[in-house]
Amino acid sequence: MSAGETIWVDNPPFPANAKQAVNDAQLRRNIRNATSTIRQRRATMVEELPDWQQLRTAGAAIKDEVLAHLDRYLEQFEQAATQRGAHVHWARDADEANCIVSSLVAATGEREVIKVKSMATQEIGLVEALAKRGINAYETDLAELIVQLGHDRPSHIVVPAIHKNRREIREIFLREMGDAPADLSDDPHALAEAARRHLRRKFLQAKVAISGANFAIAETGSLLVAESEGNGRMCLTLPDTLISVVGIEKLLPTFRDLEVFLQLLPRSSTGERMNPYNSVWTGVTPGDGPQQVHIVLLDNGRTNVLRDQIGRQALRCIRCAACLNVCPVYERTGGHAYGATYPGPIGAVLTPQLVGVEHAATLPFASSLCGYCYEVCPVKIDIPTVLVKLRHDVVKAKQPSAEGALFAAAGAVMRGRRRWTRALRLAPLMRLFRHGGPPPISRWTAVRDLPEPPRQSFRDWWVSRSVTKRGDQQ
Amino acid sequence: MSARDEILTRVREAIAPAPAPAPDLSREYRTRTGDGVETFIARLHHYQAQAHRVPESELGPTVVATLRERQARRIVAPEGIPAAWLVGLEPLRDTPPLDSQVLDGADAVVTTCAVAIAQTGTIVLDGSTGMGRRALSLVPDYHLCVVRSDQIVGSLPEAIAKLDPLRPLTFISGPSATVDIEMVRVAGVHGPRRLEVVIAG
Repeated sequence: MSAGETIWVDNPPFPANAKQAVNDAQLRRNIRNATSTIRQRRATMVEELPDWQQLRTAGAAIKDEVLAHLDRYLEQFEQAATQRGAHVHWARDADEANCIVSSLVAATGEREVIKVKSMATQEIGLVEALAKRGINAYETDLAELIVQLGHDRPSHIVVPAIHKNRREIREIFLREMGDAPADLSDDPHALAEAARRHLRRKFLQAKVAISGANFAIAETGSLLVAESEGNGRMCLTLPDTLISVVGIEKLLPTFRDLEVFLQLLPRSSTGERMNPYNSVWTGVTPGDGPQQVHIVLLDNGRTNVLRDQIGRQALRCIRCAACLNVCPVYERTGGHAYGATYPGPIGAVLTPQLVGVEHAATLPFASSLCGYCYEVCPVKIDIPTVLVKLRHDVVKAKQPSAEGALFAAAGAVMRGRRRWTRALRLAPLMRLFRHGGPPPISRWTAVRDLPEPPRQSFRDWWVSRSVTKRGDQQ
Repeated sequence: MSARDEILTRVREAIAPAPAPAPDLSREYRTRTGDGVETFIARLHHYQAQAHRVPESELGPTVVATLRERQARRIVAPEGIPAAWLVGLEPLRDTPPLDSQVLDGADAVVTTCAVAIAQTGTIVLDGSTGMGRRALSLVPDYHLCVVRSDQIVGSLPEAIAKLDPLRPLTFISGPSATVDIEMVRVAGVHGPRRLEVVIAG
């Protein structure tokens, strides 16, 4: 990740961020309220479908098919989209993508663009890169608007302002929006109305829009954007020029595959049978919508992920955030603690692979490995297995540690029966270290409660018990 | 090497070592659900959209009466919307194309649809006759959509099979909404804040 604004991966590292986050009672309350609501809604919607598991299986298989033949599908997509009037560009990394988009905007002569929420553009730091070229990009999704106006960072993949409650949002609008009514209440309806008024003129006047895409269809060269508010439709329809930044893993082989993903995505992400709007467009449609259509296909580390046979399943991800909403770690730390574009369990497997484990060494450990994320994943990404694999990579990449030496010593002790029995008799000494001890022991004990060691070991008890028993029988 | 060639080379290098076994694409999920008009109406109500079912013969008068009841007078009418649906109203025809500001000032838009999905309460517009270009059904604050009962299919897979992917498609499930503030669903942000569906037949 080479864009200046996006190098904040693991710096400060997750444990430091998490420590700060768990002490923020307001943040924890906001996130707990929101995630418990959405968890419940998702569960209801998923239960309703008797074929949910079959849909998950199909979703995973379709994505695996794409990944197994990604070169072929990319070429097919490029050809189909080009044939329908789109201009397809390729970007190796964030800098290249930002350069392409900036030049395309500059060529129109416009200094303002409107934006649909997109994780890919977040990942490459596009808004900041455009600002450096003197181009203002306005986020139009309500949550992204809240984040942008609040000079904040997104903390959730689907609901980026999940860490803010209505009172905080009202304050941001009053302070930053410029045209918010002075008597604005904190009722979500009033806040949504204020956002509508604020953005209406921008929608009607904008000449250039930037989007991402939820899916790209190789067979037809079509893109799909899923959304709720209609800001997406505004951006995709009203301007003259549309630039879409699309990760190379977003492909689906055929249009028919949408019958699977348009069932999996809304139920998993917002807990709805269907989100209010899905827009599908293919190149340029004469007389309808943008007549200049650009697609930027983005690698930015995805081919690194593809190289790893265990880790590559993370590229199946459709960014539904179901794994965030059920994660006991995410619920307590929020998204900012992960220090990267993709928070939560999927972020913990995706980020280290995109940027290299050495740059995000604490993220694979930001999990209790409870497995709930795997259970709810609509494309069956086995996140715990990938996490364990990445932990292995992190340890391998590091210098020999005190922990390693400790376990080597433990191994030696455990290999001999007498040595082990003798060592166990020393266990009660562990009481000394239960709540501290000197470094490096304190690094372990600071975050873990050790059980109180019993005064007698099981082996000693067993021996004494058998002696007594034998005595009884005699 | 161009970015294109370099990315494709990286992809090939990444997938070459282990040719993946053919994934099991057996599609064992349901492709039909048997949901009908009743489910469709229930789903629309769930989204806080209005829905009425009328006999084919009463369609025109119902559309007119509904629009009047909502005090809608200036009505965006894509090519192919019959005059009988707009009696006594002020139709705004899109030839030549209406300016966005004019669309913004209209009271309503009336369209037909390409297909409707009962299971999810979804209508799909594809820009053909009766629907017009995408902006028409987006900018006005009130969207009235006429669905003929034989256009309603049970499930999403049935709808996908009927659609032409090369047309600009808009799947609409209820009025514009957001859950961005504390996950509370608020109907009405940028798209039409009111969606009303008249089912004929």
